[in-house]
Amino acid sequence: MSPSTYVFWFLTFVAVLSALNVVFTKNAVYSVLSLIVTFFAIAGHYFLMNAQFLGIVHIMVYAGAIMVLFLYVIMMLNLNETFETNKDTFFHIAAVIAAGLLLVTMVAAFAKTDIQMQSMVDNSEIGYLEELGKVLFNEYLLPFEIASVLLLAAMVGAVYLSKKEIQV
Amino acid sequence: MEIIPGITINHYLIVSAILFSIGALGVMMRRNAIIMFMCIELMLNAVNLLLVAFSKQWADTSAQVLVFFIMAVAAAEVAVGLAILMMIYRNARTTDTEVLNKLKW
Repeated sequence: MSPSTYVFWFLTFVAVLSALNVVFTKNAVYSVLSLIVTFFAIAGHYFLMNAQFLGIVHIMVYAGAIMVLFLYVIMMLNLNETFETNKDTFFHIAAVIAAGLLLVTMVAAFAKTDIQMQSMVDNSEIGYLEELGKVLFNEYLLPFEIASVLLLAAMVGAVYLSKKEIQV
Repeated sequence: MEIIPGITINHYLIVSAILFSIGALGVMMRRNAIIMFMCIELMLNAVNLLLVAFSKQWADTSAQVLVFFIMAVAAAEVAVGLAILMMIYRNARTTDTEVLNKLKW
């Protein structure tokens, strides 16, 4: 076992355990903090796969921006203590069984699928910013610009929705 | 072929499937709309992880560009979604989906 294998398993266990904590903890703030841990573990996976740019962007966008937004909303709505209605355990068990069946189905489908193990060319350069930038600004220039329009539209929409006068 | 020494694409397939299932479990089990939203983010991230692994497997940069766009769309989605949640909270005083059942017949 090489060191990177140990790192892979460590990051995987951290990601899965904190993801379970997101679902099963009662306090919404703890859920957000667990999700941040999950995102850092996934960013570690990106670094492990030599995709440094995506790893850094992942930390900045998810841990830095999105989760802070979630924490902000939870703070403003004052959801520290649990607000959820009590449900019967039957509902919980049904949800767990359904998710377990989903997992079994996906794993079975992956096991049946013959993923072609093509011989890789040298891919150590794949995740580097230079390679990514070349592809992004040559092949994917139009989608890149459209993404900026999408972000602008989302910003306008969020500001409009947050205005006080709107009544449902 | 190994993506990193000792780890093949199959390992990443299983990890992504587990993370995706946990996210689906959260959406089905929790009733707080914000937690459900976070679980959707978790599912998006499981898919992103698998895309990066496959981009390594096939030595193809396009998958990582796709991950980049997914991140941009997720950011837009979170901004609009949380604004909607804020508005719902202001009108209904709750984000519990068990209470927000006016469209349910």
